[in-house]
Amino acid sequence: MAGYRDLLARVKDEIHEISSLEAQERHQSEGAPLFVDVREPDEWEEGHIPGAIYVSRGRLESRIEGLVPDKARPLVVYCSAGSRSAFAAKALGEIGYEDVVSLAGGFTDWKRNGFDVTIPRVLSSEQRSRYSRHLLIPEVGEDGQQRLLDARVLLIGAGGLGSPASLYLAAAGVGTLGIVDADVVDESNLQRQIVHSTERLGEPKVSSAKRTLEALNPDVRVLPFQERLTSENVDRILGEGWDVIVDGADNFPTRYLLNDASVWHGIPVVHGSIFRFEGQATVFSPHAGPCYRCLFPQPPPAELAPSCAEGGVLGVLPGIIGSLQANETLKLILERGDTLAGRLLLFDALGTTLDEVSVRRDPECPVCGDNPTITDYVDYVEFCNAPAVYDA
Amino acid sequence: MTRVRIPPMLRSDVGGARELEADGDTVGDVIEDLVDRYPPLRSQLYENGSLGSFVNVYLGGEDVRTLAGLETPTRNGATVILLPAMAGGL
Repeated sequence: MAGYRDLLARVKDEIHEISSLEAQERHQSEGAPLFVDVREPDEWEEGHIPGAIYVSRGRLESRIEGLVPDKARPLVVYCSAGSRSAFAAKALGEIGYEDVVSLAGGFTDWKRNGFDVTIPRVLSSEQRSRYSRHLLIPEVGEDGQQRLLDARVLLIGAGGLGSPASLYLAAAGVGTLGIVDADVVDESNLQRQIVHSTERLGEPKVSSAKRTLEALNPDVRVLPFQERLTSENVDRILGEGWDVIVDGADNFPTRYLLNDASVWHGIPVVHGSIFRFEGQATVFSPHAGPCYRCLFPQPPPAELAPSCAEGGVLGVLPGIIGSLQANETLKLILERGDTLAGRLLLFDALGTTLDEVSVRRDPECPVCGDNPTITDYVDYVEFCNAPAVYDA
Repeated sequence: MTRVRIPPMLRSDVGGARELEADGDTVGDVIEDLVDRYPPLRSQLYENGSLGSFVNVYLGGEDVRTLAGLETPTRNGATVILLPAMAGGL
């Protein structure tokens, strides 16, 4: 009775094999054949021939016609040593592929010859499981998830807006989160600042947030900046390179400073602000859309600005606005959908209404306009009587 | 009559109302009618006799600065939104 070796030998007699040297020559040639990798997923993930497509041996017959509809297209099938690919080549011939060869010695021999290898960036099995609900969405998928993992987002403030925004961004797997906040956790924060907790009272907010976020998702690295954003440090902090900035500041000087700096550094800002029962959110994309000064050219006079400490806010409101900010941030990273750039969203929690007004880029804008008049940082006076913190 | 949305920081000047109705053929007239009836509003909205640059006014979702400013004619049933800058991130 014939064993496996006899069967393999017989199959190899029925197919064509090429050496890795010849395969490499064909790979480099004009009109190169399509390389088909039929190994197991973990073998593919450790490296494969550049340009190859992947279909596991077990699913080859059922999937190949979808992947390669043209049966006249030359194929080079490979596995690790040339046995599985021999059976695969035979099967492909039987379902009508006209020009199929098997790579003798397989990927092992290809590598031993020092030929080019692509090592795909793949999610670990833990990541596959953690982000499975993202992977199921075509607009995110594995490429999108890799983008999120590679992304760097800077949050101004670890307070009401920064709490939900940072939690959702961390949960989504945004790989690097910078957080700027000079303050420590206070009892009056906990009615809404859900990234902190009672046991963290007195702890710097940046370290409290770091502990919460890194515990939520070990893929996330939190870079703490325990300082208030000033004209002295803004270039250093923004200069560390960020894809998106989430503005959750609670005072005008920081908002204008951040706006001007983000325009000059070319970093989009996802803006959110809240007062009592009402919140606003929008996106400022430097030069592609309006900036904060196109919306509000200058801060109100100090005597008219509402006092931050007196204002008060419904605890859930920053949860809603901060989550909208996280949503805009994810879309900016993924380059999917329509962001709020050019639109200011107005949310009223008392009436549960959502309105929007349009925001246009102002060619006369003192910072992003055609003839800017502001070219250096402006230190506005603090408007609140309360200490200048991000979440009084 | 034109409906005017009152932002939260100005509500104490108008007895707590979130929305008021006001008369006028232009956006400027509508606001003028409002500040006549609620004098404390004037100092919150006006700067040196004219509407402050820190207050945005929208008609039908459009910033009146991109229309005809305060001369923009109001439409029946349109809503004017008064929107001062808001800083809170609490």
